[in-house]
Amino acid sequence: MTARPFRIGTGAAYSEDRIDPGVDMAARGDLDYLVFECLAERTLALAQVRRLRQGPGFDPWLEERFRQIVPVALARGTRIVSNMGAADPAGAADRAAAVLREQGVRGVRIAALEGDDLLPRLDALDLVVTETGLPLRALPGRIVSANAHIGAQGLVQALGLGAQVVLGGRVSDPALYLACLRHAHGWAADDWPRIGAGIAVGHLLECGALVTGGFYADPPYKVVPDLAAAGFPLAEVAPDGTAVITKLEGTGGLVTPDIVLEQILHEVHDPAAYITPDAVADFSAARVDAAGRDRVRVSGVTARPWPRQLKVSVGVHEGFIGEGEISYAGSGAVDRARLAGEVVRQRLEMRKADLDELQVDLIGLDAVHGPATPAWAPAPYELRLRVAGRARTETAATMVGDEVESLYVWGPVGGGGARKTVRPIVAVYSSLVPRERVETRLTWRES
Amino acid sequence: MATVRLREIAHARSGDKGRDAMVSIIPWERRHYALLARVLTPERIKAHCGGLVRGDVVRYDAPALGAFNVLLKDALGGGVTRTLMLDIHGKALSCLLLDMTIELPEAP
Repeated sequence: MTARPFRIGTGAAYSEDRIDPGVDMAARGDLDYLVFECLAERTLALAQVRRLRQGPGFDPWLEERFRQIVPVALARGTRIVSNMGAADPAGAADRAAAVLREQGVRGVRIAALEGDDLLPRLDALDLVVTETGLPLRALPGRIVSANAHIGAQGLVQALGLGAQVVLGGRVSDPALYLACLRHAHGWAADDWPRIGAGIAVGHLLECGALVTGGFYADPPYKVVPDLAAAGFPLAEVAPDGTAVITKLEGTGGLVTPDIVLEQILHEVHDPAAYITPDAVADFSAARVDAAGRDRVRVSGVTARPWPRQLKVSVGVHEGFIGEGEISYAGSGAVDRARLAGEVVRQRLEMRKADLDELQVDLIGLDAVHGPATPAWAPAPYELRLRVAGRARTETAATMVGDEVESLYVWGPVGGGGARKTVRPIVAVYSSLVPRERVETRLTWRES
Repeated sequence: MATVRLREIAHARSGDKGRDAMVSIIPWERRHYALLARVLTPERIKAHCGGLVRGDVVRYDAPALGAFNVLLKDALGGGVTRTLMLDIHGKALSCLLLDMTIELPEAP
């Protein structure tokens, strides 16, 4: 048998990502593997909060994806890997099996990968918070989640045991893809050049449309054709790790070396040392070459052995953020909006609102770049006052939006379209845990 | 000599990493790499951000890729999950840096 490139595609790049490009990828991608990466820093903590309230701890969109996308992929022999298990991979696997059965898809072997959840073991682990240098218990708020970022090994094992679907929790994003490639090509866990190549493929695909023209258009400098119809990416990965990043024929967007360069550096600190649980990848000497229309070849990535410690994300309940907005337009709008902001600030002081921090922005003037807004920025015709405050109590946070809303009656003339919100804060801190203290395990279901 | 905005000769993408923001800066043409390596100093980038970046600015150079990655420490008002800033992820920071002015020795 001659070694051939394997085809691996993206089915989702965040929890609420679009469904229809995933269906298209499953149907026309001719894929060996389809990966759904659905956890952001905060998503997992929120999932844990839902679980603590007896709700589902897995991804809220799991059922939708197992209805619309997964059966299409399974019918074509494509295997599914995802972190949609979030705070409850076993619960996710149960639900996935049930949803597949409901649609008459039977006999599918589903593995749940657990062991990243450290919440039950926190007392024994004695973790130190990276940001503060202090022990975890010194954090002011209530800890709601603690998950180790685990690597590809458990997923590789599940695929080796015949899983057609693998659902994990806080598996590191690129590891979802790396696991498929390790299984497909039989790469050893310490085959560093290939592990580096696999991490690069995962890193490039895990943000989905960010490598097919999403978040790129800046006309007239950067023009993206048919942006609304852009699709998810896929990679053809050769046994030596050389990969071609591409997209499906007929989808919008584009794949170019410039886009791949932007994405290879995206949210990486040092391009020569991208730290993941599976290895420290070095993208700095990668080759990124055009290989035809919407095809970019990536090679030359290397890696060094994995770090001795795994990152832990810790979610902490830290009170509430209250927010209010109201618009002003026409001549004098800037002065009226500034006056309105000052009224809100004074009212919150008069009411002794116990706020840790208050921010007053003028959207349309300087709300996005704040103090960096240049002097040459033109004056707007209309703008929106935004006031946001952080508080320990919901009562104090609620006062912020209330005081903005009351500008309808008590503020300067012409304030319109007031809106207010209050939301709980789940702040995320990081820590490190020795990797040998995190043990994963697999459990199995069949649809 | 010609004065241009960075946007004329480079493209960029930004995002978050905890409390820090990252901005990649990639010249369209390799011939501008050495110039940008000279003038895009961390001090100058920090000054351009006018107080938005509370921590240090670190620039990682990847000459083989023809790209820079700029780390803006503590630029997100305490991090994605607790910041009061409107752009919680720092997604719009690439456009801030692309407005820096660059002195070119010749016409672009």
